[in-house]
Amino acid sequence: MTADLIVFSVLALAAIATALGMLLSKNAVYSALFLVLNFGTVAIFYILLNAPFIAMSQISVYAGAIMVLFLFVIMLLGTDVLPVSKALPWQRPLAFILALVLAGESVYLLFIRKAASGEIPQPVETFGSPKEIGLALFSQYLLPFEITSILLLVAMVGAIVLTQKEKK
Amino acid sequence: MMPVMFYVALSAVLFTIGALGVLIRRNPLIIFMSVELMLNAANLAFAAFASSYGKLEGQIFVFFVMTVAAAEVAVGLALLVAIFRTKHSINIDEMNSLKG
Repeated sequence: MTADLIVFSVLALAAIATALGMLLSKNAVYSALFLVLNFGTVAIFYILLNAPFIAMSQISVYAGAIMVLFLFVIMLLGTDVLPVSKALPWQRPLAFILALVLAGESVYLLFIRKAASGEIPQPVETFGSPKEIGLALFSQYLLPFEITSILLLVAMVGAIVLTQKEKK
Repeated sequence: MMPVMFYVALSAVLFTIGALGVLIRRNPLIIFMSVELMLNAANLAFAAFASSYGKLEGQIFVFFVMTVAAAEVAVGLALLVAIFRTKHSINIDEMNSLKG
């Protein structure tokens, strides 16, 4: 319990610090790198939660593919710092109030209503392994899995069509 | 044996930071990153409950959320590049018309 708690606390602090770093960095490249660190800590959480397959796909899909795409687009569009908006002066205070309301709601649900009770059991070797996930994906969840491939195809075609230069 | 509440509370904190990022930042790239952070927080809660109940369905759903996030980022960033080509700016305040 205590060792688990220490690991959890250190990782949770790292996750929250990197998320805040992502939010507060002026430079978009720093934000992207903070987000990569955040995805890394979340991947370690997945290992603690008996989900090794999800942890590996988190590293390869999120920290690898998605963030490399982000960095490419940041390099493409330039990293100039945008001026603070004058259009909606009340937006920033309102955003903080709404975020506080959201945080308050989750505190109410978790600590007063006790919406999430239960324990994380000790890791079992078979639970969440690539074999188990693969068996479930290709038997019970075959149709959603195939629809996912169509979704990815549509996204790929869409990205190519949208960024294509218009022919004169 | 860790209470599942710790993980869900962390997920709620990360989700709130992501929502705040969408509301206060003016750079659309950072807004996209905040959306990714929120999807990630939801995934963490899914994995925590999957582990707590010993059901694999939560992890399967995390897998599907990841693929949807990848598709969303690809199309969203392509849209940003297309908008930058016509407006030569990615300031979100200037994206107020659908006409190029």
